[in-house]
Amino acid sequence: MTLADLNLVRPELILAIGALVLLLVGAFRGKGGALFDGLCMLVLLVAGAAAVTGGHGRAFAGGVVVDNLSTFAKVAIYAASAIAIPLGGTWLRKRGDDKFEFPVLILLAALGMGMMASAGDLISLYVGIELSSLALYVLAAFRRDDAKSSEAGLKYFVLGALSSGLLLYGASLIYGFAGSTHFDVIAASIQGGQAHTGVLFGLVFLICGLAFKVSAAPFHMWTPDVYEGAPTPVVGFFAGAPKIAAMLLLARVLSEGFGAAIGQWQQVIVIVALLSVFVGAFAGLAQKNLKRLWAYSSIANIGYALLGLAAGGEAGIQAMLLFMVLYLVDVTGFFACLSALQRNGKPMETIEDMAGLVRQQPGIALAMTAFALSALGLPPFSGFFAKYFVFKAALGGDLVWPAVLGLLGSVVAAVYYLRLLKVMWFDAPTGEVEAPPVTAKTVAIVAALFSFPVALFALGWLEQAALAAAAAFG
Amino acid sequence: MIPLPTIAFYLLATTTILAGLAVVFARNPVHSVLFLITAFFSGAGLFVLMGAEFLAMLLIVVYVGAVAVLFLFVVMMLDVDFTQLREGFSRYLPIGGAVAGLLTIEMIIVATTVASQGAASGATAPNASGGTDVTNAEAIGRVLYTDYVYFFQAAGLVLLVAMIGAIVLTLRHKPGVKRQNIAAQNARTPATGMTIVDIKPGEGISE
Repeated sequence: MTLADLNLVRPELILAIGALVLLLVGAFRGKGGALFDGLCMLVLLVAGAAAVTGGHGRAFAGGVVVDNLSTFAKVAIYAASAIAIPLGGTWLRKRGDDKFEFPVLILLAALGMGMMASAGDLISLYVGIELSSLALYVLAAFRRDDAKSSEAGLKYFVLGALSSGLLLYGASLIYGFAGSTHFDVIAASIQGGQAHTGVLFGLVFLICGLAFKVSAAPFHMWTPDVYEGAPTPVVGFFAGAPKIAAMLLLARVLSEGFGAAIGQWQQVIVIVALLSVFVGAFAGLAQKNLKRLWAYSSIANIGYALLGLAAGGEAGIQAMLLFMVLYLVDVTGFFACLSALQRNGKPMETIEDMAGLVRQQPGIALAMTAFALSALGLPPFSGFFAKYFVFKAALGGDLVWPAVLGLLGSVVAAVYYLRLLKVMWFDAPTGEVEAPPVTAKTVAIVAALFSFPVALFALGWLEQAALAAAAAFG
Repeated sequence: MIPLPTIAFYLLATTTILAGLAVVFARNPVHSVLFLITAFFSGAGLFVLMGAEFLAMLLIVVYVGAVAVLFLFVVMMLDVDFTQLREGFSRYLPIGGAVAGLLTIEMIIVATTVASQGAASGATAPNASGGTDVTNAEAIGRVLYTDYVYFFQAAGLVLLVAMIGAIVLTLRHKPGVKRQNIAAQNARTPATGMTIVDIKPGEGISE
């Protein structure tokens, strides 16, 4: 370890030290509050700035890789975490469940996700995943007196532990047969595309473990239950940042560690992607609860991102990154809307609850319309461009049939988005909606404005940034 | 004459296997845990024979010192009816046996392949002594706070998150709990802690 190594992990150091100091401050004050939340957001912003301005390279004997890709992901992850803090804080305070640990846990989760984004080694991969997951389990169960929240936390924990087991088993096989935990040494051991069967066996387990974390089918079964039970703003956080981190990790493992064996893993990723698209589309049709519905929607969307990844190469990774960032904005905005809506002191969570929303809360209803249309993939909303890039990459990577099947899946999924719109715009309202909190409403409207029309202007710049990030794999 | 390490190996290996069997078959769960500790100890002995004394130390410190003691606490503190747990034994025997058999076959296949062909190219187990006269505890010490400091500290953060999580999810501040206040106790003087009441005969004290 040298000072140069420490310099490269500056964002992580800022987050770790910030979280520890704030934990102490919180423990002595005994309570959180808006100011405390603001300090936590400040730490995330400073870490983000450090990530943007910091140099690139490898640190700790290759365990940490800092390149354009990790910087791109870290900025997105830290921004999403910074938004989750005030959203969750106001939501929990309204219900009398706020504790100072909430923003600190989000800081630590963001730290873990940042570590995942710059993992260059199976050990940092695993430690990063565990750090973020453990914080997320606690966040899911944060309302401990609520039976559904506890159930969500427990389910997430048990199934997450199972997936960690799969991942570790795979990692141990890869280590045993390739002789190292470093991605570049693993890549060197499979030169010429002839990987040892043991390494491939391990890779499949590793993919299974990561598929669990991004909730791709057939490892998606925890998603609807966890999304339904966990606090709504926390779900918005779950659906965005951790998935970007895990997708990026998957991209890095596959292209940096196993780039030569693309023939062996491409089919696995394509199958997982298509299964996710169809499970998300068809199972979503039967859902009445919006949180469950959006869980299936996120499963389908991960399918598209995986399709981009399966295409391989720079174009595939660029498409995956663009898709994930545009999806992150949409999903954060949607859950901000959902967390803002209450009727007679009860959260509005089913599709029927949304009846006539446009007459009562036009701002929120318009934002939700934008998110639904974007998720549907209708131009000129951002979701359209996200899917456009993925399908372009898939066609460019000779994945014609998967692309066609993916399009079919998105047609099926259109049914449930349109049903939500119909209920929201044309049905009669069933009661007065309470005034939404300012934070959630602001986040929702900013995200909706990004979805359309800001994304149209930002797309050129985002595309360049994603391309530069994807080029890190060379 | 059989060399001493061989005798030690067979002795320790037999003890490990017998203790392992005893863990499963012992009627009393406390005895099971004690046999588990025996198995850990003989396993540690086997590590020493292989020249991995650091691993042996770790096995004793972590598994015997922490995990086994935790098991013992769980067994003694929680009222688990182990006879009831055993009732399904014969019912689950076929499927359990099948899984155990599969695992055994897999282990034999892996062991024979590695023994005959070796692992993949480049896969060499790190030398227990680091190639030179460095002991393996020293070899680990050389990398733990240099190349591996990032992982080491991150693992520490994982444990911290686990601790925060346990506190967030279980700690409840109950009002009206009486706590010891040592400063207040020490500050007591006869004047504040004692009242002298003059009791008249036949009347008693009224509060």
